[in-house]
Amino acid sequence: MSWTVIQQSLPIFEKAFWLTLKLSCYGIIGASLLGLFASFIRYFQIPVAKQLVNVYIELSRNTPLLIQLFFIYYAFPEIGLKIPAETSGIIGLIFLGGSYMAEAFSGGLDGVPKVQIESGKAIGLSNLQLARYVIFPQGLALSVPAIAANVIFLIKETSIFTVIAIPELTNTALDQIGMYYHTDESLFVLVIGYAIILIPLSLILTWLERRARYGTFGH
Amino acid sequence: MAHSGINILFEGRNLTRLLGGLWISAKIAFIAIVLGILLGIILGMLRTLKNPLLRVILRLYLEFFRIVPTVVLLFLFYYILPQNFHINLNAEVVATLVFTLWVAAEMSDIVRSGLISVPRHQVDAGKAIGLTTPQLYRYVLLPQSIQLMIPATINLTTRVIKTTSLLLLISVMDVINVGQQIIEANNQHYQNGAFWIYGFIFILYFILCYPLSVWARYIERKEKLRNNG
Repeated sequence: MSWTVIQQSLPIFEKAFWLTLKLSCYGIIGASLLGLFASFIRYFQIPVAKQLVNVYIELSRNTPLLIQLFFIYYAFPEIGLKIPAETSGIIGLIFLGGSYMAEAFSGGLDGVPKVQIESGKAIGLSNLQLARYVIFPQGLALSVPAIAANVIFLIKETSIFTVIAIPELTNTALDQIGMYYHTDESLFVLVIGYAIILIPLSLILTWLERRARYGTFGH
Repeated sequence: MAHSGINILFEGRNLTRLLGGLWISAKIAFIAIVLGILLGIILGMLRTLKNPLLRVILRLYLEFFRIVPTVVLLFLFYYILPQNFHINLNAEVVATLVFTLWVAAEMSDIVRSGLISVPRHQVDAGKAIGLTTPQLYRYVLLPQSIQLMIPATINLTTRVIKTTSLLLLISVMDVINVGQQIIEANNQHYQNGAFWIYGFIFILYFILCYPLSVWARYIERKEKLRNNG
């Protein structure tokens, strides 16, 4: 292991680091919106849309991201839909993450005690008010731990983007190994790179979880 | 005559080769799950003991395997074992080893959280009637927590099956690797080979994982009903 090699490769890893963060951010935001939307459809039992959402969730949860990416990146062009690598990666991450986020939100919404909803009805809230003031604030707080777990999961999944040649962290490390045989150094920087993103994030998310719990239960 | 794309699956020995690739993935997943669960149960039980040093070490082990993405774990073992420790294993063995250690880490957390969810008075009652520690685990803690652990373990199994898709990165001849070869070899005759082959593999993974997810959800629901009723 040589420190000069590490130092020399740092600029290129820095670029990869920001790319990983950028793609993760787009993916996570997209997945959260998709998941929120899907969980509303499920919660309000909207016919037809509900069945579609269920099919989507099962397909997305029971297949690996790698094959989803291959399908988007290699198979779609054959039916006339060419999508650049980075966009394919983000679409793949949203497709995968949407179902995990939907399950997280659904879990939270289903966790709101029945007595809360009945009390809301008893004081004469309309359905919309019930959703706005009773179900969502409590349900979303309940879903925070599952969402936090998904965020970390999705960031880790970006390492699979390497298979469609997006120069994120893992791909960059493999490149360095392939070109210069700096195996130990590259793998070391790679692990540190993920640790820099994930360790502080998991601490922040634990803190957030505790705050959300405080908001719900007051202890 | 124009080729219909789906025929690429039935050309020559393509289908048998794809299923052969799937068999290799399945074999690695199966061995890793069995060994990983056994190791994970032991580690999970150790994590409930009151030895601070042991707890810290096992916690670090878990966090390492949680924070480092599985792709990176595969590369770490694939490159570092031969280069720095002069241990030359073939890619399938490396994959089995990585998956086993990863499953053991995740399993240890499932077992630990199951065990600590058993009410405290059950343990005290067991001690009061003079059970030894192994008896306490065997007759009190494990039977009461196993129902909680089963759905999480099944979900872990589906995750392992899905993660076998990464095997091609360390050049194991898994189903996706075989698929890529077939697509390249038939490039001349089948312009949309990727569509059919990757579509087929997509469905294969779905067929493997979907029943397991349904089963896990069924057990979870049953358990919830039993607790509420």
